[in-house]
Amino acid sequence: MSAPRLETRLRSASQEVVIGHDTRFCLIGERINPTGRRIFQEQLRAGDLSAIERDVQAQVEGGADVLDVNMGVPLTDEADLLAKAITLVQKLTDKPICIDSSVVEALEAGLAVYQGRALVNSITAEDERMAQILPLVKKYDAAIIALPNDEDEIPMEVDKRIELTRKIVHVATTEYGIAQADIVIDPLAMPIGADGTVALTFFETVRRIRDEFGVNMTCGASNVSFGMPSRHALGAAFLPMAMQAGLTSAIMDTRTPQIVEAVKAADVLLGHDEWGGAWIAAHRARQAATA
Amino acid sequence: MTPEEILQGLYDETLVGNGPRVLELTNDGLALDMEPQTLLFDALIPSLEEVGARFERGDFFVPEMLIAGRAMAGAMERLRPLLAETGVETIGKFLMGTVKGDVHDIGKNLVNIMLEGAGFEVIDLGVQVAPEKFVAAIEEHQPDIVGFSAFLTTTMPMFKANMNALEKAGIRNDVIVMVGGAPVTQEYADAVGADGYAADASQTVKRAKALLHEKRATVPA
Repeated sequence: MSAPRLETRLRSASQEVVIGHDTRFCLIGERINPTGRRIFQEQLRAGDLSAIERDVQAQVEGGADVLDVNMGVPLTDEADLLAKAITLVQKLTDKPICIDSSVVEALEAGLAVYQGRALVNSITAEDERMAQILPLVKKYDAAIIALPNDEDEIPMEVDKRIELTRKIVHVATTEYGIAQADIVIDPLAMPIGADGTVALTFFETVRRIRDEFGVNMTCGASNVSFGMPSRHALGAAFLPMAMQAGLTSAIMDTRTPQIVEAVKAADVLLGHDEWGGAWIAAHRARQAATA
Repeated sequence: MTPEEILQGLYDETLVGNGPRVLELTNDGLALDMEPQTLLFDALIPSLEEVGARFERGDFFVPEMLIAGRAMAGAMERLRPLLAETGVETIGKFLMGTVKGDVHDIGKNLVNIMLEGAGFEVIDLGVQVAPEKFVAAIEEHQPDIVGFSAFLTTTMPMFKANMNALEKAGIRNDVIVMVGGAPVTQEYADAVGADGYAADASQTVKRAKALLHEKRATVPA
């Protein structure tokens, strides 16, 4: 018997987005993140948040359903910066936000200013991380992304990832009162260029997590193509395969039409886009834009 | 085969990551009484340097770097005992580890392969390496360079903790400190007082060699 398949509901002040197994794949736009962007980092450090506006617009136009906001700039007050960025993003769009930080104080500052029901990115199976962050998730009525790794390793075996997922689900639901539907597991997508078996491991992990726990899942989709040429084509092949295994969302750069279209096509093929309604509507929109 | 053909073959086959062939050619060369250091310095290392250069230009990709590094490592396993006998020094000794609180190691492992390919002796302490463990390993192995890797903005501050531990143990000036990892920048490396930073595996090798060269030029042996 498979576990019942759950829905994760996220909200901004005015819009609800559902992540689920029988509905269209949820695209979490990843670009509002200064990691590896030196100029953006300098701007943020100087208190200049203007680049965020452009990034938000590009991600939303590209089809993002949710926006990941990360303000991990070294040597700054990340909590203050993240709170300001979230307030700004909520003025610019009604898409729900995925509040992304490895700093607990920053997550709390972000949650405190957020209007709606956020997704928090992220915890691991480490007891300390769970103890710090899950009470905040509960307090602010948010959903949480959890990675099945612990303080010892990022496991490469499916069984170990399932075991850590079980631990996370158990601890979050029984000790912190988080609904299982509000746990979104990130089954750890690794670079295929470094090891040719990681995608198969990923698909198998996703399938087993769906069947055993029914929870929603996400991943950092661009990881997979790291260090390879034609990264977009790899992403466009990877996500539909992962979707068939049960992946229900991905954190990705939605400015890449090749990947976004592959995902939308997979929605149609998996029966998640009823009568191809969204697929046809997107076609009409393109026609109207070129007319 | 002539020694020249062996060297050319080693260079070419390492470049394409043909491990079995590289090992075969290494054995052929040794059977011809070629010096282990000739095979190393005239074929294997130049080939891996070319791999690094192509990677930096965007002509080579991660899998190609990995298989070339592995091909080289296979030959090194054969050559290392012989090189030790002849008293040939490695280019330098590099002690590597992912900092405490952090379990990411894909990037670090790539760097290790390229360092080994460049002729460094690499001692990898793995992930979750606490400051005191770095200190103990530096005292035990006496490396030329120690590398701290961190993948998270929350674990990057361990660089500073490691530096403090080195200072406290009185060994800060005995070793060159390099830092790296996805969120790390030159600015951050400077702020924690590291001697060097590099953005990827290939640049790490270059930077490590340059730092070692500088140090050997200033410190009398």
